[in-house]
Amino acid sequence: MAATDPSVLTSRAQVYVDDLAPGDEIPTLVKNCTPRQLVMWAAASGDFYEIHYDVEYARSIGLPGLVVHGALKNAFLGQLVHDWVAPGGRVVTFGCSYRGLDYPGEELRCGGTVREVFDEDGEHRVALDLRIEGHDGAVTTPGTAIVALPSRGSQEG
Amino acid sequence: MSTANDLITPEVEASIGQEYPPVVHEVEAPGIRMWARAVGYDDLVFYDEGVARDRGFARLPAPPGFLGIPVSRPGDPEPGPPIRGLNPALTRSLNGGTEYTHVRQVLAGDRLTATTRIVEVKQRDGSIGPMLLITRETTYRRGEETVATLRATVINY
Repeated sequence: MAATDPSVLTSRAQVYVDDLAPGDEIPTLVKNCTPRQLVMWAAASGDFYEIHYDVEYARSIGLPGLVVHGALKNAFLGQLVHDWVAPGGRVVTFGCSYRGLDYPGEELRCGGTVREVFDEDGEHRVALDLRIEGHDGAVTTPGTAIVALPSRGSQEG
Repeated sequence: MSTANDLITPEVEASIGQEYPPVVHEVEAPGIRMWARAVGYDDLVFYDEGVARDRGFARLPAPPGFLGIPVSRPGDPEPGPPIRGLNPALTRSLNGGTEYTHVRQVLAGDRLTATTRIVEVKQRDGSIGPMLLITRETTYRRGEETVATLRATVINY
């Protein structure tokens, strides 16, 4: 299938450490949660806090409506880096801070920038700065990751 | 700017380093698929055992951040440290952030033992008033082998 919007595609072509330099951007992952997705996440993660699926409860404590789980946003960043390094790489470390709330029905743009390329524990590794930008472009969820990637020279065919 | 540490009571101080009882987490294929579907993964490695085998995994691999489902019985308290109440004056809590480190690939069929300790407590003055930043670290083991760690910060205010 031909690509439609390259910014939202999950890359399946292997990324190699040789081709990376600090400042490189990785492909953006765009999410837009429905209440259904929040309920699916509640079941999958075991987080049944009512602000994520009971809109009356959320409003009763002063929120404008349902709130996207922080841990789901963290999982989006995990998918962002997994999709980028697959199939030959692996996610070593990833995480984020929760600085702002995000809501269903809003576009969340998950992105990352290469910070450093280095060798550690016998692997080629890449440190990344990650971010999720909410609907107004502000970063609600800054994060970091370290991934391991193959090099072109180390391919065993 | 206040640099007081008056929220760090002797009880809070004493909680640092305390280890909570271990919790068993079961990693199974249906849980992996449900989690991957909730996040929105389209990489078949998390759904199809044939694809997983072709990619070098003996069974379905766990996506980044998925470390199984805790074994519990009805009425069991939440495992690990309470998310609030170390200082009873602080009744509200927020999730500050999380970071996962994957040491070994977790696979369907794994039985992990999760052990949590409080590793750091800091007091800060923020826009929401004085608060405690409580950092806990969970180590996930498969037998004697550490497969992953989670550092999570809870904000009590």
